[in-house]
Amino acid sequence: MTPPSLAPTAAGFGLPDYVTRRPSGFYRSLNPATKLAVAALEVVAAFTISGWLGPALVLATLAATAAGSRTLRGLMVVGLAALPLVVSIMVVNLFLLPGASDPIAHVGPLAPTWSGLRFGLLTAARLLAFSSAVALAYLTTPVDDLLADMSRRGLGRRGVFVVGAAVQMVPRTIERVGEIMDAQRARGMDTEGRIWRRARGVVPLAAPVVFGALAEVEERTMALESRAFTAPGRQTLLRTPPDRTIDSVLRWLALAGVLAIVALRLTGRIG
Amino acid sequence: MAIELESARYRYAGSGSAALGPIELRVEPGRVLGVAGANESGKSTLCVVAAGVAPAVIGGKLDGSVRIDGVDAATLRPHELAQRCGLLFQHAHTQLSHTTATVFEEVAFGPCNLGLPVAEVAERVWWALGAVGVEGLAPRDPARLSGGQGQLVALASVLALRPKYLILDEPTSELDPAGTRLIADALVRVAAETGAGILLVEHKLDVLAHIADEVVVLERGSVALVGQAAAVLADPRLAELGVEPPAGVRLERAVRDSGVEWTASMSESIR
Repeated sequence: MTPPSLAPTAAGFGLPDYVTRRPSGFYRSLNPATKLAVAALEVVAAFTISGWLGPALVLATLAATAAGSRTLRGLMVVGLAALPLVVSIMVVNLFLLPGASDPIAHVGPLAPTWSGLRFGLLTAARLLAFSSAVALAYLTTPVDDLLADMSRRGLGRRGVFVVGAAVQMVPRTIERVGEIMDAQRARGMDTEGRIWRRARGVVPLAAPVVFGALAEVEERTMALESRAFTAPGRQTLLRTPPDRTIDSVLRWLALAGVLAIVALRLTGRIG
Repeated sequence: MAIELESARYRYAGSGSAALGPIELRVEPGRVLGVAGANESGKSTLCVVAAGVAPAVIGGKLDGSVRIDGVDAATLRPHELAQRCGLLFQHAHTQLSHTTATVFEEVAFGPCNLGLPVAEVAERVWWALGAVGVEGLAPRDPARLSGGQGQLVALASVLALRPKYLILDEPTSELDPAGTRLIADALVRVAAETGAGILLVEHKLDVLAHIADEVVVLERGSVALVGQAAAVLADPRLAELGVEPPAGVRLERAVRDSGVEWTASMSESIR
């Protein structure tokens, strides 16, 4: 149907600059696949190079990259979010590392060990390196660029949609949990206070979240079909993330780096 | 040229009884057909059947026929249906793709699925945003819109496919009076400027009184009342059918019941 009497808007008929604008700065402007390849190299390095060298090198690189791409604050938030896991790793290893026999002190029946402390710190550093490497790639890549690049590389529209929806689902689910918690509280359920009370509150919270999401599936499916989601042929891409020579070089270097680290580890030259 | 339901009777998959029909209905281009009825009267089912989504997308069994401009809807694939019949649901958040960073790209989702050239996608998006009067929202994050704005963006997203018919299932149900007015005004504008045929299911009969040419009232899946909007909305049987008349009709009755003469100027002033 043609729109006979709707004149072109003042904005014109072209793509707006917020769709075509490229991220600025070296790391931010890299192709999403390049950032993922670099993140993969960092994770492999952190976990495969034994001792402190691997995680220390990776964390230092990540900190420098984050500072350069102005994502240091976001990366620190990710670090804080990982804190409960870090603490649990430290506690478990400090007190319960199998075979450790070099106690720091005796606290009643418990004896934290130097070996446990070292192993816990190393494991925590590796965990931080892993989460930070992935987070840095995420924080410096607009989701649309990532999806457009995946689509350009041949991932079907269903695959692209699943990835995109999964990434975007997190804030929506958090929002929904908040709404349901408010509704449960309004009906007298105690969702705050001591841990066992909170744990008890999870059960009536989980059911509405899960069943609510399932109930939406049919409407979402119909809505997608109503927007020609299953039309044959290739989707039009509004964004075209850059894929320059430097991207290609970095991806090959990352792959070579991963292979080299694994080879050195297998031959016993590192670790 | 019209959407024509002839002896249409639909049963959901796994259900023993029909949720709709048999029903005869006609939605003509340039006309707004309002649909009212109590809960469980078959309004939402009518929407998905008239749009051809049921049974094509969600299964179930359809007896009789649904024809869109003379073409049997059962022979059309979902993306072909989408370009003939736009379908809008109650909840804005279930209709958005949740894979886009801006409203512009959200509205472009459908045209991009069709694989249209970038210039045409952009032209359609600006047109659709202009048709509902939300060009200003184009750079915004679709996840951070108010309910009314979200529903307008969802409507623009459907319009971007340039369907000849719009089927709207309680598009204002989650909106406050201001949001409801936004949608109603946008529909008036779209109907007038595009000549689209609109089937509008609404609980808020004031909206139907404002924009519908004809109104159908459903009861247990069948047509209980049908006729010109003003006549049906003033029909005393509405209350028996579980439908509250529009405020203007209730006011007129209250005035008459109190013994005061209802004048033409009073009718004009509440219109």
